[in-house]
Amino acid sequence: MVDLTVDIAGLKLKNPIMPASGTFSEELAEVFDLEQLGAHVTKTITRDWRDGNPTPRVCEVNGSMLNSIGIPSKGVGAFLEKVVPFFKRYETPLVVSISGNTADEFATLCQEVSVEGVDAIEVNISCPNIEEDGKAFAIRPSSTFEIMQRLRAASPLPLWAKLTPNTGEVAEVARAAEEGGADALVVSNTILSMAIDIHTRQPRLGNLMGGLSGPALKPIALRMAYQCARAASIPVIGCGGISTAEDVIEYLIAGATAVQVGTATFIHPTAMLTILHDLEAWLAAQGIASVSELIGSVIDGEQDIETSAIAVAQ
Amino acid sequence: MLQTPHVTAGADAPSAFDLDLRVKSNIAVNGEYRMMVLDAPTHLLEQCKAGQFFNILCPQAGGESPYLRRPMSIYGFYPEKNELHFLYKVGGAGTRAMATLGENDSLTVFGPLGTPFTIEDDWKNLVLVARGVGLATLAPLALEAKRLGRRLTAICSARHPDYLMSIDLFEGLGARVIALTDAEGTSTPENLEVVVEKLIADGRADAFYTCGSNRILRLLQKLGEAHGIPGQVALEQQMACGVGMCQCCVRKFNRDDKVVNLRVCREGPVFDMAEAIAW
Repeated sequence: MVDLTVDIAGLKLKNPIMPASGTFSEELAEVFDLEQLGAHVTKTITRDWRDGNPTPRVCEVNGSMLNSIGIPSKGVGAFLEKVVPFFKRYETPLVVSISGNTADEFATLCQEVSVEGVDAIEVNISCPNIEEDGKAFAIRPSSTFEIMQRLRAASPLPLWAKLTPNTGEVAEVARAAEEGGADALVVSNTILSMAIDIHTRQPRLGNLMGGLSGPALKPIALRMAYQCARAASIPVIGCGGISTAEDVIEYLIAGATAVQVGTATFIHPTAMLTILHDLEAWLAAQGIASVSELIGSVIDGEQDIETSAIAVAQ
Repeated sequence: MLQTPHVTAGADAPSAFDLDLRVKSNIAVNGEYRMMVLDAPTHLLEQCKAGQFFNILCPQAGGESPYLRRPMSIYGFYPEKNELHFLYKVGGAGTRAMATLGENDSLTVFGPLGTPFTIEDDWKNLVLVARGVGLATLAPLALEAKRLGRRLTAICSARHPDYLMSIDLFEGLGARVIALTDAEGTSTPENLEVVVEKLIADGRADAFYTCGSNRILRLLQKLGEAHGIPGQVALEQQMACGVGMCQCCVRKFNRDDKVVNLRVCREGPVFDMAEAIAW
């Protein structure tokens, strides 16, 4: 029997597999028993109603996907009345993903969702911040630190900061999130991308640009997870392009404590269960008693990664 | 054939299944359309309802590498012979890859999904108006109408008589079939209006059903409003997950004096015709 349990800043998960925000909802309960997952992570909500972006909201590019859904939200009231009670039927921890256009709105929502039945809050600081010219909070260390401090003061629950790959300061942002009060880092959100239909010459997303996810994102997000695990001392939850147990193992070796599976669920609705099953089988076959033995076990010769990143840049 | 879904004891019984099904046949129906017949288990077929769809994992074949699944309406489901049918027009990468499959190949399908058509108790005379591949979506409704003993008129519209499909299927179900084609000049909105008005005058139109044409939707909305006749429309939209998680397949609808986004995969693909907004 392999021990699959992991600990995310005091929150015990029965296994390290959970959905990525935006790729999971109550409807998946009609396909399999959601109690099998390590945690449940809801789609990002905002305080107020949001319509979301114009269609097309997704398109596919060479074995991966671009999306610009635009966080359609029914608001915090509907969320607390319908979504939180639905997930109370499960013992699996509930992680609520939230976002805000301004620091005030974000902090108020953080407080409002700190209710019974919610075990942690994933704060999506990769979303545009209208007080910073639409740049995401997590692009800069300073805005990351400031928003995390505000959110930290608003809730006693564990806060997982979801970072963006659209930054040149990965390690600095990770440390700023930790210093601002984050309990864990989710690494990462999608990377800003574009696709154009050569026949119509129109962008293939209604919002012109969108986030790349799926297998093409994996090496980038894995690199970031590794950088964050080296830079910060809080747990890293790997996210980006995971579609097999091998992908999960790679993230854990890089330093992630758990992982989120996103776009793969759109291709195979039971992908998370297949991954979980294959992960357990792989650990058993390798004679590894506990999944936690893998975490951060990368053999990198303790090279200075800042120097390594600079060498690539040159 | 059957890939058992991972379901544990005590869970709610699943209503949608992701299964690898064997291809029984996959043949051209005419120059534009193909029909795929899959060998499907009874428990799957017994869940299916007219108007629902499957999200299909198209194969990586024929030089095509579709990534996302492709939603496809159920053309027929027959528990008694373990068959699931899809009628499709070869267009993009997904359907080109599907067309390469032969007998005994395998196709992964996820479903049934979505809100089906309904036939209210007092809708005794049904009118189906189908154009092109919209017909595929309406075919199972004809079967249900026969099962319920309703009188059915099927108006089938196509570019050319060669592309009129399923006339035999509808006639076999006891429907009166009216065929309209562009080639014969009978498929214009003006002529369709005359045809439908006649059905209304004859007391043969308690409800309208349609799929596949914006012009037909507009016309039936107009006639439905003028004569107080209800209707349902099955709509399409590009999808990713197919079950409501990703929110990519929204369209705008008139509901409660507001324009709202609804998910075609979940609140649809069948909608109240009066709420639909022509595109």
